[in-house]
Amino acid sequence: MGQVEIITANTAAAFAAKLCRVQVISAYPITPQTPVTEELAEMVESGALQAEYITVESEHSALASVVAASQVGARVFTATSANGLLYMHEMLHWAAGSRVPIVMACVNRGVGAPWTILNDQQDTISQRDTGWLQIYCRNSQEVLDTIIQGFRLAEQIQIPVMVCYDGFVLSHASTPVDVPSQDEVDRFLPRFLDRSGINGGTPMNVNPLILSDPRLGPDDKLMPGYMEFRFMLQRDILNSLQIIESVDREFSDVFGRSWGGSLWKYKMEDADHAIVSMGSLASECTIAADMLRDRGVKVGVVGVRVYRPFPASQISEYLSHLKTVTFFEKDVSYGFHGAVAMDAKAALYESASRPSVSSYVVGLGGRDVRPEQLAEATINCIGGSTGHHWLDVRN
Amino acid sequence: MSENSAPIKTISKPAKGEAGKTGDWRSQTPRIDHQKCSQKDSCLLCWLYCPDGVISSNFPLQIDLTYCKGCGICAEECPRKAIEMIDGR
Amino acid sequence: MATTSVRQLPKTELIMPGTRSCAGCGLMLTYRHALKALDEGKTIVAVPASCMTVLHGVYPITPVNVICINNPFAATGAAATGIVAGLKATGKTGYTVVAFAGDGGTYDIGIQALSGAFERRVNFIYVCYDNEGYMNTGTQRSSASPVGAITSTTPILAKLQQKKEMVKIVEAHNLPYIATGSPSYPLDLFDKFKFAKNVEGSRYIEVHAPCPPGWGFPNRNLIKMGKLAVESGIHVLFEIRDGKFSLTSRSLALANKGRKKTVSDYIKGQSRFRKISPEQISELQAFTDKRWNELLERHFKDSGDA
Repeated sequence: MGQVEIITANTAAAFAAKLCRVQVISAYPITPQTPVTEELAEMVESGALQAEYITVESEHSALASVVAASQVGARVFTATSANGLLYMHEMLHWAAGSRVPIVMACVNRGVGAPWTILNDQQDTISQRDTGWLQIYCRNSQEVLDTIIQGFRLAEQIQIPVMVCYDGFVLSHASTPVDVPSQDEVDRFLPRFLDRSGINGGTPMNVNPLILSDPRLGPDDKLMPGYMEFRFMLQRDILNSLQIIESVDREFSDVFGRSWGGSLWKYKMEDADHAIVSMGSLASECTIAADMLRDRGVKVGVVGVRVYRPFPASQISEYLSHLKTVTFFEKDVSYGFHGAVAMDAKAALYESASRPSVSSYVVGLGGRDVRPEQLAEATINCIGGSTGHHWLDVRN
Repeated sequence: MSENSAPIKTISKPAKGEAGKTGDWRSQTPRIDHQKCSQKDSCLLCWLYCPDGVISSNFPLQIDLTYCKGCGICAEECPRKAIEMIDGR
Repeated sequence: MATTSVRQLPKTELIMPGTRSCAGCGLMLTYRHALKALDEGKTIVAVPASCMTVLHGVYPITPVNVICINNPFAATGAAATGIVAGLKATGKTGYTVVAFAGDGGTYDIGIQALSGAFERRVNFIYVCYDNEGYMNTGTQRSSASPVGAITSTTPILAKLQQKKEMVKIVEAHNLPYIATGSPSYPLDLFDKFKFAKNVEGSRYIEVHAPCPPGWGFPNRNLIKMGKLAVESGIHVLFEIRDGKFSLTSRSLALANKGRKKTVSDYIKGQSRFRKISPEQISELQAFTDKRWNELLERHFKDSGDA
């Protein structure tokens, strides 16, 4: 049986990695991720966790080393934030293209310049097109659980997974977390299946140059070209939506907790209006929804847990019949709108009916967001305001 | 992922002639004068210095012309001038 | 002097013919003999974007009978670190991990990951095949390009700076084994790889790999060009075992007897030096002499003959 402990999301992430019996950890310190790396280092040094811990000299090397370790057959873990994640950018593509089942904790932080160490989600959102799965957590329990789910998922589909959670808001806030026993985790997550093919030194060339068109192999079998491999990555990421749901269900069978798969709903049964958001901000949106319900407005919340793959048809199903939808997100695709709003609107394009939509960029660089503000903006949307806005910008 | 379906990882297997018959690259072809290449005091320098490893180490020496790129190092380095580069393939 | 004779070299070729390397490639010859030395057991090679990637062939075929794991340009030291850690964590033993990067991937973009791996004492061999420029992308200048060399990014004025002394940077990491080599001296090269294979810890081998198309000399002159580099002192053959320095092969012979050729002897056969000025030649000669004298002094000091 598990045990409830009062811990931060960073500690929850470190505990999860340990419970998943990771074999190689490589990480470079960056605020607010640092406690994850420190706690794992201590576990390895004390012998509590049997793993190789690589103290790399950069985030690029952190990801490069875990990719390589995974390629020779190890279960691997790393963690980063903000500029560190951006420094990994090349390796993010490389990891996904290599089809290695890495799980990485991404502690969301605003991106410099200018420097901020505080939270928004610009860092991970800007890495959405790298071929990784992105899951956004709303509390520390979900962080712990999602890392465990993440390994199951990554190893099943051979695609790396980012487990994203808000810096400081979650990473440094202590809350009660049910830490499962090793036995429970072992029942859910089997020992790492070594698919490296590295045995006895059988020659191979991993990730070589490839042509645009298929080419005959040594055994005269036509092998895929670059585009086929890219297609397979896209196919498997899209198909993972169903696997995410089934992994979450199986998780629930073992641990008694479910996180809603790709999307979660709050008071949506009778709602006329929805608020859509991600991460801890989405939790805050439930408070705003309650405030509005107290005023007699039927508002619910749809939390986007999985951003990549984007649960487009589910989004459409949840939102298309509503009167209005208000998006709040801590990111922006400069020159257009917030990323979640953009994607959700694209998903709604196919629907026969569509809600009126407004989208808000909020809370960048740790700017405080109060439920009253969210409620007010939602009321504006319900009152007919549409388009793209920035909340609480004084100019 | 089924192990039988198309591979999802790009992993090459070893085989000869990856770049095709690279002998087609040649503009000059080495020819060994086996009279000059004495087996008794043979040096094997051509075998040693051939970047592509297409010269045999057994006597009489043979060059795999299917793959020899015609760089001419063997002819240049042969201390007995037993290898000559002839124009053409 | 080399301890292995031509006839003692393993006959097995780990690289099958029909590769994409250019005719007369210095890297190809280097790799051929390196693999002969490394063969016993199991070898995993980490390769960044480079001529080596091309040599290793286009999917789904490779001409090379080793395990090769490609990695992004800057990541070689880190990828090798991950391979070593992954093997250890999964109980796979008996592997030799070798990184094989060019001078661009070593002196320039890869230096951070390289330094990190060495500082962590990762158990692997790092090989830099130095062809003095970004040859795979079309002969651009690197920090290993020599002064006076025309490259495609120093097309008019030629390179103004002397090349970086990478081995000195590597030495600052206090490795158990550092060596230089040349494909023009394959037996010396073979011995060094053979020795390095059995050393524990981070090892560095830098091979001066002449590049006929990049340097502008006929393919057939590969061996001669490599020898001229050594005989002029442009490239010096040595090894450093636990800090103890010794010249080897032709460089040792030059130290004991004979006279270096001039840098003019070396550069005259290469079209990349077609615009080198007399001042630059003097500069290169002075740079070469100073370095040669330093190494000579060190050799005699460490061998107790001084």
